[in-house]
Amino acid sequence: MTSQIEVCNLAKSFRVAQRGSGMMGAFGSLLKREYATRAALKDVSFTLNAGDLVGYIGPNGAGKSTTVKILSGILVPDSGTVNALGMCPWKQRTQYVQRIGVVFGQRTQMWWDLPVIDSFYLLRDIYSVPETQFRRRCGELTDQMNLGAFLNTPVRQLSLGERMRCDLAAALLHSPEVLFLDEPTIGLDAVSKLALRQLVKSLNVEHGVTVILTTHDMDDIEALCSRVIVIGDGEILSDGPLTELRNSIARERWLTVELEGDQLFSPPTNTTIMRREGNQVWLRYDPVITPTPLLIAGIAATNNVRDLLVQEPPIEEIIAHLYQNGQS
Amino acid sequence: MKPVTSGMYVYLRLVLACLRSQMQYRASFLMMAFGQFLVTGLEFAAIAALFYRFGSIHGWQLHQVAFLYGVVGSGYALAEGLCRGFDQFSAIIRRGDFDRLLLRPRSTVMQVAAFEVQLMRIGRFLQAAFVLTWALMNLHAEPGTLMAAAAMIIGTMCTFCGLFVLQATLTFFTVETPEIVNVVTYGGVETASFPLTIYPGWLRFTFTWLVPLASTAYLPARLLFKAHGPMSHILILPACGLLFLLASIVIWQFGERHYASTGS
Repeated sequence: MTSQIEVCNLAKSFRVAQRGSGMMGAFGSLLKREYATRAALKDVSFTLNAGDLVGYIGPNGAGKSTTVKILSGILVPDSGTVNALGMCPWKQRTQYVQRIGVVFGQRTQMWWDLPVIDSFYLLRDIYSVPETQFRRRCGELTDQMNLGAFLNTPVRQLSLGERMRCDLAAALLHSPEVLFLDEPTIGLDAVSKLALRQLVKSLNVEHGVTVILTTHDMDDIEALCSRVIVIGDGEILSDGPLTELRNSIARERWLTVELEGDQLFSPPTNTTIMRREGNQVWLRYDPVITPTPLLIAGIAATNNVRDLLVQEPPIEEIIAHLYQNGQS
Repeated sequence: MKPVTSGMYVYLRLVLACLRSQMQYRASFLMMAFGQFLVTGLEFAAIAALFYRFGSIHGWQLHQVAFLYGVVGSGYALAEGLCRGFDQFSAIIRRGDFDRLLLRPRSTVMQVAAFEVQLMRIGRFLQAAFVLTWALMNLHAEPGTLMAAAAMIIGTMCTFCGLFVLQATLTFFTVETPEIVNVVTYGGVETASFPLTIYPGWLRFTFTWLVPLASTAYLPARLLFKAHGPMSHILILPACGLLFLLASIVIWQFGERHYASTGS
């Protein structure tokens, strides 16, 4: 496979005006303004191949959006290089953005007061999509995303779920090769989330579109991404398949023991009790040191057990762990 | 399609979209346009009243000043109507709308210009056009005078567009627009509407050499009414406005590289 996007040693910092609080501070900043420099990206490098579907995750302020903005040609980095589709996004902006699509979950790319279809027509002109190709594409997207019912509704009157579907369709009208999705499921209900995920999946699988997805929703990642890049405080903390991420952080398992009645329970060796509520106990253990069958057998032999449940820790826990390690 | 014609086409489409959005709020548009007409109309009534009392200033008759006023007023109203996006640019940046424009394969100058076209400015334009028509009728204008008026309006429009572009460019560095630029734009309208000789030297200097409003309005008018200069000079002078606009766009493209986006 050939690499489609190569990111090397990106760094970007912002100047933030420091302002004292209250009236004195506000007036003071008029006379003399002090700036602090905040590094949004310190050293970010990764490579994406055509057809990748990559999750890009990290806590607020980690540099996710800054990366997406640099990769989509909005921001110019302080240093570092990007070679995307054979171009430099911020130097060849107009040629480059013709071949990418971007969806920001927080704001719409469409014209607020106009019917959806009018926005589509305008985008057709802006991207110079030939009429026949536009009609075919628009028809396909309308069917796939079920937009028919509100194509003639002004964007401001759409529900959030409807608007997100339209925004996704709008970003795809010019058949981009790379799609950036910045928190596309934020604020959506469960049904809309599922629908959106399916669409993204099919775009990636059937049309081979490379997708870069930033999100706080770990379900998005688990449902869609084979590869996850974790960023924290401007640096890449981990980059690899989701399973590898799980394994590398903690080979931890969680065991929930439900006891008969409110009896005493002492944890077996090499396990820790995370918490206890009534007759339920949550244990944490390393399956290599303490093989699961032996642990269960041991607990069942010494306790009156009603039920047992073995789980992998949720991905949120893994990520939280990674952030803490990254900071220390 | 060639890129330039295609760019013009997209500009027109964006402008039309903007107008369609505004027509969703029709009553508000009508009232604003009428308000503009009324306010600027009263302003001219005050000028006329002064002339009836004092006769002339520096040898300029009322309809000659009305010609100048009409040219500058309509040039400014056109610039405000067509380039309002630059005037509102700090709001465009703060709302994050500029990110959206950068994501599109078109020049940012064209997109910002088309971002907010204010049809209600037609109120001011109509008022200035009325005054200009009245002046032309009283001046017994020849075809040459009409051509001069058209060139002067376009030149003045370009100069004000250039000022809006420069004002917006400052926003790349400060996020908030410095009010100081408004002194030049609004002040420029007032100043350029009268013969430049009534002002102190530093003001004449500013609007001749820094902002070429004199070349697009006062100087051609003086050639027309006083010096009876050759028509070619009268028609060439307003081109300074176009040069000013082009220079502003070059500075804009430089400033754009300093754009720092906002929020997440």
